[in-house]
Amino acid sequence: MNRLTRIVSAVGLFAVAAAALAGGPLEGITEKQPTNWHAIIMFCLFVTMTMGITYWAASRTKSTADFYTAGGGITGFQNGLAIAGDYMSAATLLGLTAMVYTQGYDGYIYMLCFFAGWPVILFLMAERLRNLGKFTFSDITAYRLDQGKVRTMAAISSLTVVCFYLIAQMVGAGQLIKLLFGLEYNTAIFAVGILMMVYVTFGGMVATTWVQIIKACMLLCGGTLVMFLAMSEFGFSFGALMEKATNVHKLGEKLMYPGALLKDPVTAISLGLGLMFGTAGLPHILMRFFTVTDAKEARKSVLYASGFVAYFFNVIFLMGLAGILIVGQNPEFFEGGTVGGKLVGGGNMVAMHLAKAVGGNMLLGFLAAVAFATILAVVSGLALAGASAISHDIYARVIMKGQASEASEIRVSKIATICLGAVAIVLGILFEKQNIAFMVGLAFGVAAAANFPVLILSMYWKGLTTRGALVGGYGGLVSAVLFVLFSKSVWVDVLGNAAPLFPYTQPALFAMPVAFLLAYFFSKTDSSVRAEQEIEAFADQYVRAQTGYGAASASNH
Amino acid sequence: MSSAMYERMRGNPKFQDLVARRGRFAWTLAFIVLAMFYGFVMVVAFNPVSLGQPIAEGSKVTVGVAVELFMFIFFWVLTAVYVKRANSEFDALTQEIVKEAWKESK
Repeated sequence: MNRLTRIVSAVGLFAVAAAALAGGPLEGITEKQPTNWHAIIMFCLFVTMTMGITYWAASRTKSTADFYTAGGGITGFQNGLAIAGDYMSAATLLGLTAMVYTQGYDGYIYMLCFFAGWPVILFLMAERLRNLGKFTFSDITAYRLDQGKVRTMAAISSLTVVCFYLIAQMVGAGQLIKLLFGLEYNTAIFAVGILMMVYVTFGGMVATTWVQIIKACMLLCGGTLVMFLAMSEFGFSFGALMEKATNVHKLGEKLMYPGALLKDPVTAISLGLGLMFGTAGLPHILMRFFTVTDAKEARKSVLYASGFVAYFFNVIFLMGLAGILIVGQNPEFFEGGTVGGKLVGGGNMVAMHLAKAVGGNMLLGFLAAVAFATILAVVSGLALAGASAISHDIYARVIMKGQASEASEIRVSKIATICLGAVAIVLGILFEKQNIAFMVGLAFGVAAAANFPVLILSMYWKGLTTRGALVGGYGGLVSAVLFVLFSKSVWVDVLGNAAPLFPYTQPALFAMPVAFLLAYFFSKTDSSVRAEQEIEAFADQYVRAQTGYGAASASNH
Repeated sequence: MSSAMYERMRGNPKFQDLVARRGRFAWTLAFIVLAMFYGFVMVVAFNPVSLGQPIAEGSKVTVGVAVELFMFIFFWVLTAVYVKRANSEFDALTQEIVKEAWKESK
């Protein structure tokens, strides 16, 4: 325990010191902002507080259930906040505000796509997830199928999703922190990677959950404050805001029309499917359903989470529109002082400039600290999901065939977290200069095409057999990756070929049917004895899914 | 042992009732959300101009913004409706089913 205290406080101090020292002599480098002391001080407060929680959580994290699911004792309200915290990344705050700022209504449509998956998850999945699952979503897919093979498949696709999402978050983190705090890119990557490792290895799910809850509260408060101050400049009249925004924006009346983002029906539907069912296949989101006591709390989690998400998306819409007037008309925020030129620090800085314009350096500092905290919370959730795929699925169930002791399973998951942290740091540095716009799309695509079809079939269709699940899962994984690889965002933008082999940018509409059809066909034609037993076992699984009788409970300690 | 419990619960007419009622309710709500959402996506794809019209003469608020704000609120209200019914009516029924299966086993 003593050693742990020392490590936790040493790492905390390191992060604080690194944050404080690294900016000074490097001012003036392109794209880098002057050291932002308000932001650094507020971020240090966040780190100190979360380190304190991690220290407390470490003393409560003894069993595997504590580590993976906080002992299943999180309440619906807390979990709702944590899910919202997991789901709203820095890209949500900065990217979507910027999207509304440049494209107006398109940004709002995009946000509805991100939101609409939640009610569907509640109606069709939340209860069964909680009733059947224990630590990872592979617990559900492998419930009556071949443990070894199905878990390996689910772990591979989970890790694929986690890795792509982590790269996107790490690179975004490095660039963002360089901008907001005036820190070196590599320093930022190390700070994020190391803090993440500390939260997850020492505090497990308890610490990760609290980091997410605190961050969600900060994000909701910060966003609301900026929105409130900005709206006060327009007398809180949405009509006045819209009128002024359409008058000055270079799109004019088109600002409020759906535009370039969804130019053809195929892209529109594919994006909608990918975001909706991708959400329902993200391992770090699914994992959150196992942290609550029972199906009742699981349902409440979705109610609170979707309420916070919907509220915040509308706040962002207002922030983006207000930014058009407050930021877009102020020469202070443009390079060289020419209104309409390049925004200081790049297009993603709209939310930050808006905070500065309406609330001065204090509010800018607070929002910057929120953005950093947001990245930390999201990468911690991802790392925990990745680590549990390695330790719970691959190590404990596939390699040790369920014979691993709790202590050794926790040890493996901690080692896995540290490895994932190291991988994230290395990839973050390697991909610094790469175009990573496709990474999040790929993560959602794989989640929608590899994780979701097998998961939903295993819960709803008794005919699913091991063979069908494997072919469907791997088929969805491979086709999602190939569709993205051959699309414009990788084939042309990254690999430099002349024309894409696959004409659309969104894979879901094509990769999801591949997965479903393969799973259906190879289950139907599976006439092995094993398949017969698996189909028979559905009856009991069905009763448990419906009633929650026999579900993993919170009374594990 | 638990397989016998599952067998008894399955045989309880209340279980069939629970499954039918909850399934119908959940699928109806899911269908409403999916139909509205993909209907909206279709309008975005095929008739984007209609969404840019003002909701009333002289108003600066467009149809698109109003429709979308309505969906944000309405979808959330649907989740609240589902949670309320599931957490009271369906959960009470579930507990009865489990209890009756226990009694039978004694």
